[in-house]
Amino acid sequence: MLASLEGAVISAILVLTAMGLSIVFGVMRVVNVAHGEFFMLGAVLAWVVTTTLGGHPVFGFVAALIVVPVLVGCIAAGADRLILKRVNYDPDRTIVATIGMLYIIQQATLMTYGPEARPVEAPFNTRLSLPWFEFGDEGFQMIWPWGLSITSYKLFVIFAAIAVLIALWIVLTRTKIGLIMRATQQDSDTAQAFGVPVGKVYSWVFGLGAGLAALGAVLVVPIQQAHYLMGGDPLLLAFIVVIIGGLGSLPGTVIAALLIGMSDGIISVFFSPTLAKIIATFLVAMVLVFRPQGLLGRAPS
Amino acid sequence: MINKINRRTALLGLGAGTGALAAAGVLPRSMGFAQAQSSAPIKIGFQKHATGIGAAYGRWYGATTDAAVKRINDNGGINGRPVEIVTEDDGTDPSRGAEALEKFANQHDCDVAFGTLFSHVVIGSAPRAGELKIPYFVVSEGHHVASGGLNRYTLQPGITDVKSQVISMAPFVANNLGKKVTMIYPDFAFGHDHRDFFTQAIEAQGGEVVAKIAIPPTETTFTRYFPNIPRETEVIYHVMVGPAVLTFVKELGEFFGPSRPEIFGFIDSLEAVDINSSGLEFLEGTYFWEGMPRHAQADQTEYDKAYRAAVGVNERGASIDDPANVSTFAHMFGCWETLNIIKAGMESADYQGPQDRTKLIEAVEAVTDMPESEDHPQGDKLFNGKTHQTFGKQYISKVSEGRLVLEHTASIEDGLYEDEVDYTTQSF
Repeated sequence: MLASLEGAVISAILVLTAMGLSIVFGVMRVVNVAHGEFFMLGAVLAWVVTTTLGGHPVFGFVAALIVVPVLVGCIAAGADRLILKRVNYDPDRTIVATIGMLYIIQQATLMTYGPEARPVEAPFNTRLSLPWFEFGDEGFQMIWPWGLSITSYKLFVIFAAIAVLIALWIVLTRTKIGLIMRATQQDSDTAQAFGVPVGKVYSWVFGLGAGLAALGAVLVVPIQQAHYLMGGDPLLLAFIVVIIGGLGSLPGTVIAALLIGMSDGIISVFFSPTLAKIIATFLVAMVLVFRPQGLLGRAPS
Repeated sequence: MINKINRRTALLGLGAGTGALAAAGVLPRSMGFAQAQSSAPIKIGFQKHATGIGAAYGRWYGATTDAAVKRINDNGGINGRPVEIVTEDDGTDPSRGAEALEKFANQHDCDVAFGTLFSHVVIGSAPRAGELKIPYFVVSEGHHVASGGLNRYTLQPGITDVKSQVISMAPFVANNLGKKVTMIYPDFAFGHDHRDFFTQAIEAQGGEVVAKIAIPPTETTFTRYFPNIPRETEVIYHVMVGPAVLTFVKELGEFFGPSRPEIFGFIDSLEAVDINSSGLEFLEGTYFWEGMPRHAQADQTEYDKAYRAAVGVNERGASIDDPANVSTFAHMFGCWETLNIIKAGMESADYQGPQDRTKLIEAVEAVTDMPESEDHPQGDKLFNGKTHQTFGKQYISKVSEGRLVLEHTASIEDGLYEDEVDYTTQSF
């Protein structure tokens, strides 16, 4: 029970982060190695926003939830204009360019924000303990053991992630923006011929991807803490998810995020977190060997 | 703007250069060699965890070091020479630590190196110190010095090692808290010291360790480790390091809720964190080991008072300028005391320069008792020259009404153990 709840929280954050990575790759064919740093930037900016505003945690948190993803998205869009556009979205060179961005963002954060981990207070955080039924000496009874609990904030994270996901789904499938993005994804040259401003779309998409990572980070920062090295783990996990799910396939990303998050939660709780990482990495290797396009990816025709 | 070099500026430059050369080289020679040498500063290379997982410690080790050096210089320096600190960031990383030592020895011409905390950095750097033949004074707590695993150039005179700390803690835990202990510790050398020596020590008290939970020090979320805590556990023994310690303790509280077992922690789990942070209310009534009590106690010594004032921390162990900036109070005294020991060692060895490094080590090895004083505000110390390890009092505090109140003081004798090495028999 605790295992699946922990897994659900991990999945929730993972699905947002991986979704950003997946959209960017799907539309732009750019492997964004700096994605984890946009995540970190989201967490750090959340700290900045909440501490500068002060006041009640709810107020600061809601402000961060709105401002930070937009801000990170703008930074990412700017980086796209400034860097990725100049290398013509060449797959090899964008990887090197985003590695460079990774270090620039990380070191800039270290120089300004500093090396400390700083906490952001959760807007609400009550411990909800769950009962457990067992046959004891006095027959069937309900006990409240230690450990069997979740906080209201963690539940909120799960629901918030689902809400964002649904919103994203609607935007992509039901609106004109989504249509333009999908057109660019299928054939950017033809899309351009039909009057789609491909350059602008790329900037928007890159910003959107980074914004999603930042959103995930704002949600997670009251559970963890903001730290300049925190981008590494989410990047790795997001890559694992995207590879298993199929690069560019959004439903695949969701399924893989659930798979990895839940298995990580359950295996960590019953065995050890290290084993969970080993299994996730092993899964990637297996997927690459037997189904290189990913679970739901389309094979190149 | 482009500066053209013409004949005139070239001549001017040459003239200035010759003048500078004369000032720097020729004049002192004419004025006497001895005077020039004796006024040159003594350079102490400070290996600082400025970044990486040890950054909070690095910041406060830096503040303590600066304060200690200022005090030494205000009192006339070492052998009449001023002390200069040369800082290198090691990123809390063993390979960068070894590089820092190389820079100290070869680039900065430091007399000694000093200041490392994290045990993996010490273990990674110490062999290089031995090769470079530069005395390396660590402030690390790890048992690696006294275990004999390092070399004659590495000494730990300012802070007690983990083995001694846990030996002196075990009787209190077994007699007051419970016999069935679950240990939670970071998964590297320092945590392994805790695991190995506490397991032995609690068994000697008739208790047992029912579960051992190792957590990587870079971990950011911890709840998933806690279900491995067995139900029979009477005492949780926790020690954690790294940037996420606050999250660790918070999640521990969320995990247990109102039905917690007894909790005994090393203050490492909360160094640089305010004990009254939100989410830590459950710590009320739990116990902490402290190397030096963070909160000024009722019977505060004048040495403690003077030390706090010099470093710039208040009676709650936080920065005077910013009460939210909590220090690593239980460890950083080690820097202060180590620098005073370096001073004492250099003065008794009549240290003149790097050619006297071995004399310095022999002088420090000859040290035994160091009484509580302004040089040693944490308390009396007993240094063992054979194992290069110091032994001091250890403190157990109980959290009551948001304060760490001293509950028990373990004497130096409580933490003594048999020598495992005799470094003095090794050649330089």
